[in-house]
Amino acid sequence: MQERKTLEKLKKIFNEVFDNEEIIISEETSAQQIDEWDSLSNIRLFVTIEKEFGIKFSAHEIAELKNVGEMEKLINIKIRK
Amino acid sequence: MSNVYENLTWLPELPKNYNERIKNVSCGVELLQLSQYRLDDNKLKKIYNKLQKLIIEKKDLTPLTQSTLGLISNANTKLIVPSLIGTAVRHGLQLTVIEVDFNKIDEEIFNEKSNFDGYKIQTILIAIDYRGLPLNPKPGDQIHGEENIKQCVEYLKNITNSIIKKTKAQIILQNIAPPVESIFGSYERILPGTINWLCSKINLEIDKLNSNEIMVLDIKGLASNIGLNNWHDPTIWNLAKISFSQKYTPMYSEYICRILGVKNGKSRRCLILDLDNTLWGGVIGDDGIEGINIGNGDATGEAYVAIQKLAMQLHDRGIVLAISSKNEDHIAREPFKNHPDMILREKHIAVFQANWKDKASNIRAIAESLSLGLESIVFLDDNPAERMQIRKELPQIAVPELPSDPALYPRQLMIAGYFEAIAFSEEDSKRANFYQDNAKRIKILNESSDMESYLNSLEMEAQFKKFDHIGRSRIAQLISKSNQFNLTTKRYTELEIAEIEKDENYYTRQIRLKDILGDNGMISVVICLKKEKIWEIDTWLMSCRVLGRRVEEIVLQDIIKNAQLEGVTKIIGKYIPTKKNVIVKDHYEKLGFNKRYGDEIKEIWELELKNFVFMPLPIKINYAI
Repeated sequence: MQERKTLEKLKKIFNEVFDNEEIIISEETSAQQIDEWDSLSNIRLFVTIEKEFGIKFSAHEIAELKNVGEMEKLINIKIRK
Repeated sequence: MSNVYENLTWLPELPKNYNERIKNVSCGVELLQLSQYRLDDNKLKKIYNKLQKLIIEKKDLTPLTQSTLGLISNANTKLIVPSLIGTAVRHGLQLTVIEVDFNKIDEEIFNEKSNFDGYKIQTILIAIDYRGLPLNPKPGDQIHGEENIKQCVEYLKNITNSIIKKTKAQIILQNIAPPVESIFGSYERILPGTINWLCSKINLEIDKLNSNEIMVLDIKGLASNIGLNNWHDPTIWNLAKISFSQKYTPMYSEYICRILGVKNGKSRRCLILDLDNTLWGGVIGDDGIEGINIGNGDATGEAYVAIQKLAMQLHDRGIVLAISSKNEDHIAREPFKNHPDMILREKHIAVFQANWKDKASNIRAIAESLSLGLESIVFLDDNPAERMQIRKELPQIAVPELPSDPALYPRQLMIAGYFEAIAFSEEDSKRANFYQDNAKRIKILNESSDMESYLNSLEMEAQFKKFDHIGRSRIAQLISKSNQFNLTTKRYTELEIAEIEKDENYYTRQIRLKDILGDNGMISVVICLKKEKIWEIDTWLMSCRVLGRRVEEIVLQDIIKNAQLEGVTKIIGKYIPTKKNVIVKDHYEKLGFNKRYGDEIKEIWELELKNFVFMPLPIKINYAI
C-alpha cells in the first residue's frame, strides 16, 4: 500500500520537476529514458523529493540509485524510520 | 517561522489549476499575475520556461522592464538562474542572466577582456561564499589573522575593481555567511585567527566597500535569520558545488530581485492599513473605545502595539501611511483621538478612509489623492476576503497574507521586503510629511465595477438553520455583542433564547457563511414574531465582516419564502437608531420596504410580499436539517 503511494507521489514529482505532464514512470525508468533528466535537473529532482517526503539523501545514495524502483525502495526505508 | 523563508508565506497559496493557467499565459501582464504566488523552485522554473517561450514568440511583455544581470560566483549557479529569472518577473522585470563559469574568476580578474563583454549589463552580482575566499585560519595567531583578512578583502576588491573598470556595471557584493562548524564553540568568535573570527572581521571590511558603485548584499543576515544550520548544506556542496540549501533558492532570488526592482525604480512607498483586528483587537463599532484591545499589559494588546510601532517606524522612514476601514468615520477616528495606548495618531495618517464602500474603490481614491501609482502601495488587512478582492481588482498592489496570530504580523510584513531600500537620505525621512499627514477624507468618484465577478468568485454558500441548542451560546453572544449591523439592538439572555427556540410564535434563523477562503462561522441572526398574516422582524443582526456580500438580500429572500409558505402577506421591519447602528439606517429602504412611521426613537417599515421578485444572488443556499 505504502509502496503504491510512493510511486504515485514520485510520478507527480517527475511531472513537476521536468515540467512535462506526459512523463510516465515505472520501477524500471532510469535517467536514460527521460530527455530532461540531466545532472542539473537530477539535483532539482532530489531536492524536491527530500522536501515532499521530509527525508534527506547522502551523496552516495544519490549516486548509487539506478532507477525509479530503487529510488522508491530507498524512500520507503527512509520514511519508515 | 522558518517556513516563511522556505515557502514565502506572505504570498498567497497556489490556486488549484496553476499549471494549467501558466500554460495558457500569452502576455506579460498574465505572467506577472501568476508570479505573485508561493512559488517553489519548480514553479519558478515554469515561469522561466514560459517567459522564454513568450520572448521567442515575440509576445507583448509589458509591463515587464528589461534588465540584465551578470553573475560571478565560486559556486555552481546554474540551478539558481531559472529561479532568479522567474522571481524577477514577480518584481516587474524581464531579466537576462549572464553567468561566468565558476572556474573563471581568476581569468575575470587578470584578463583585459571581461567575460561580460558584448552584453549590456546594468548590474553584476558577486556571490563568493566562504569557500571561495583564500581563508587560512590559524587559531590564536592574531598577526597572521589580520594578514589573512587583508588578503581576502584584497581578493574581493580585485574582482570588483576589475569588473567595474571593464564593464561600468553596478556591483552587488555579497557578504559572508560563516560556516556552522566552530572548532572552539562560543569562544571561536573571540579567538583571533579562527574561521568565525575571520569571517566576522571580513564582513566589517566588506561593509566599508559599500559605495555608489558597490552595494553590499547582506546574505549573512539572511542566512542567520534562516539559521546557518539550515542554510549550509554540505551534501549539496559536495555533490554539485551549490553554495546553500536549494530550499532557499526562492528566498535568495527574492533578495536579489528586490534590489534589482528598487534599482529599476520599483519600490513601495505607501502602507494602507485596515483597523479592526489589524491595528487593534476587536471591532471598534461593536466593542467601543473601551472594548478594543490595544496596549501593554495584555498579550494580544501588546501584539497590536508592536504592529503600530512598526507602522510608526515605517512612517519615520518616509513610508506614507493611510487607513482603509469599513467603519463609521467618527467611530473609527475615536481611538486615534482618545485612546491612551494608541501609538498612531491622526497626524501620522495621510488619508483616512472609513466608510462602507468597497476597499478597492477606497484604495484607488487614496492612490489618486496622494499621486502615487498603485504599484507603490502595500495593503495590510487581517480579512482574507478583503485581501482577495484587492488582489483581484488591483493586482498591482502588494497584499501580504497574514498568519492568524497578530504577534507575527510585523515579522511577516517585513520579511515580505516591500520597503527594500538601497539608500537613505534626510529627504526620505521627511517624505511622509510632504504628503501632509492630516488624515484627510476623500470622496470616492467611481466605485468598483467588478464587484459582481468578485462576489461570484467567492463561491459563497449560506447555511440557514432554526435556533437550536448547538448554536444557542453563539447566538446569545452575537445578540449581546453586535452593535453596528443590528436593526433593533434588542438583547436576550441565553435562557430567553432557549425559550424563543421552543416558541411556535417565532420564526428563527442562525445563518452561517462559507466561501472559497474558508468558513466564516455564524454571521447573522434573525428572529421574527408571527402575527397571523404579518411577520414582524424582531431582531436582525449581521457581522460586519461579511458586509457588502449581499448576505442581507439572501436572508430576506429566506424570510419571505418561508413567510409565503405560511400565507403571510406583509413583513414589518423596525429600525431603532442608536449611536452605533447608523450603518443600517437605510437597510429596509435598500431592500425595498416602505416607511410607515418614523421619528427619532424608531422607524417602522413594511414590505408587501405579493409583488416581491426573487433576484438571483451570488450565494448558494444550503438548508440544514
